[in-house]
Amino acid sequence: MSAQAQPNSFRIGPDERGHFGQFGGRFVAETLMPNILELEKAYNEARNDPGFHADMAYFSTHYIGRPSPLYYAERMTEHLGGAKIYFKREELNHTGAHKVNNVLGQILLARRMGKKRIIAETGAGQHGVATATLCARFGLECIVYMGAVDVERQKPNVFRMNMLGAKVVPVQSGTKTLKDAMNEALRDWVTNVADTFYCIGTVAGPHPYPAMVRDFQCVIGDETRKQMMEAEGRLPDSLVACIGGGSNAIGLFHPFLDDKDVEIYGVEAAGHGLDKLHAASLTGGRPGVLHGNRTYLLMNEDGQISDAHSISAGLDYPGIGPEHAWLHEMGRVTYISATDDEALEAFQLCSRLEGILPALEPSHALAKVIELAPKKPKDHLMVVNISGRGDKDLFQIAEHLGNKL
Amino acid sequence: MTKRIEARFEQCRAEGRAALVTYIMAGDPDPETSLEILKSLPKAGADIVEFGLPFTDPMADGPAIQAAGLRALKVGQDTVKTLDLIRRFRAEDRDTPVILMGYFNPLYVYGVDRFLADAKEVGVDGLIIVDLPPEEDDELCLPALKAGLAFIRLATPTTDDARLPAVLANTAGFVYYVSITGITGAATPDFGKVASAVERIKHHTPLPVVVGFGVKSGAHAAAVAKGADGVVVGSALIDVLKGTLDAEGRATSRSVEAVTTLVKELSEGVRSVSKRAAA
Repeated sequence: MSAQAQPNSFRIGPDERGHFGQFGGRFVAETLMPNILELEKAYNEARNDPGFHADMAYFSTHYIGRPSPLYYAERMTEHLGGAKIYFKREELNHTGAHKVNNVLGQILLARRMGKKRIIAETGAGQHGVATATLCARFGLECIVYMGAVDVERQKPNVFRMNMLGAKVVPVQSGTKTLKDAMNEALRDWVTNVADTFYCIGTVAGPHPYPAMVRDFQCVIGDETRKQMMEAEGRLPDSLVACIGGGSNAIGLFHPFLDDKDVEIYGVEAAGHGLDKLHAASLTGGRPGVLHGNRTYLLMNEDGQISDAHSISAGLDYPGIGPEHAWLHEMGRVTYISATDDEALEAFQLCSRLEGILPALEPSHALAKVIELAPKKPKDHLMVVNISGRGDKDLFQIAEHLGNKL
Repeated sequence: MTKRIEARFEQCRAEGRAALVTYIMAGDPDPETSLEILKSLPKAGADIVEFGLPFTDPMADGPAIQAAGLRALKVGQDTVKTLDLIRRFRAEDRDTPVILMGYFNPLYVYGVDRFLADAKEVGVDGLIIVDLPPEEDDELCLPALKAGLAFIRLATPTTDDARLPAVLANTAGFVYYVSITGITGAATPDFGKVASAVERIKHHTPLPVVVGFGVKSGAHAAAVAKGADGVVVGSALIDVLKGTLDAEGRATSRSVEAVTTLVKELSEGVRSVSKRAAA
């Protein structure tokens, strides 16, 4: 991995065809290509328009509640006895997770493009809720595709989306989870190309989505940089974030990729264990092509996509964003994994020590902080992204801990 | 390039009619039945046969083909086995063009060069790979052309005149016009608009233009045949096949015949339209 030639910068990708090294690209049906080219053009115009950035800034501040705090987790630090741990508090955003950063960007873009019908896929429901929220705010029609299995295990979020005026469509095809929801959203888009904007929830899909979603999430890392300078007068020594598709992670990591001294850790979901059912595409997968891009995928020898498993529905996806696949091969980011049980333990520790109920997704990142922090000196500054709050997971956690709510 | 596709369109032109192109899924509901159906198609009037490569995540297909793919995967169909079925088909039928249709990942995982060599060797003539637009031509399209296999491109209602030249640039064999924006087996298109759409494409290419998506009956086939060089039928065949399966999804004694009965009707529909006047 490290044998590969290192680029001058890790932050200039993708190329004009949407490639991060060999990953990324635009593997979609011809019907969608004109739409994807139109989207790319519109996004390039928007990102160079100060008016667009002013709108983003306004709604980020007054609607989402940014900046999110960079919080010194004092008791967690004391308990682990090593690195000084900071939480980036994305769970305090409106709708309770980092997802809304990206949705705000895409919905403002959809408005510029005159698209009135918004479709989205969702796994745990956080992206669906964020999309339904912004659609309500801007008076847009919202259709959310959600695997029938996820509809069943995330009922509170389905109800939230309904209350926000969105239509939730349970997807009965394939394995009835996130990947199938994405297939169904793509099928909708192929059918309704003219008036529909597809709001993808992570740094996957055909170019320009991985780059665009990353750009909208980079506010996490940009703020962290500034906040850490204010708090400690220097950059952090390490960053830790969980990875399903990888949008909260890339948002934190990207602004630091060229700071060679900053260690970066991405934590995949190891489910029941890497030798059993899991969702760790980089650790347990191989390069393949799905949902518009080349990336690491969980699949069998014939290239048929495998079922992923994680206790966290938000990490339950058999792929990963193409930029992560590239950063993995370049060796710039270290990708590790945490099991369901490790995440549950980290959830409980964080809740009791800090009075913060993290979602099961960032509980995976916390599980590795528990491992990494004690090995670091006391002046080591470690930032972990608390990408969402745990309220949505309480029923599931209770069940795993043997309680019934 | 293999000569079978060209020869078959030439033959149809000589007979003054459009070609009938049929699609079934390899391994649906089991390998032997799908081979038997494949063999029966030319005898029932199909001019070109498309054989679907099953994939877990067929993002451009409707419920009928999605389910067919899952049925095939359930009985263990894979790319190696599909190529073997074509080898056996080719042993008995040296002339009917065989097109493999599917998604890129199974071929990418098989290894592009190895796949092209093996496909050529068993007698495949062309490929339709749904998720490879011209922007990704160096993945498979250009290697396929170099290996002597036609890479058949889909053109859609959203492929405007500015984009058509790029879409047609490396297309070989024929052009497949998708008559609707949507997934396979969806709504029936306005067949009256097909002729003008085909005309628009023919403006840019000397290749035959076939039309598919939404053709379900002999009458539909006849309507499409008026304006196109060929008619593609897929989901409708899969639907009748599915209708003959037992409660466990297995083939019954009626399975093969149900498909050939519909193919005969479609073939009569295509043959009812004389294209001599236009020629």
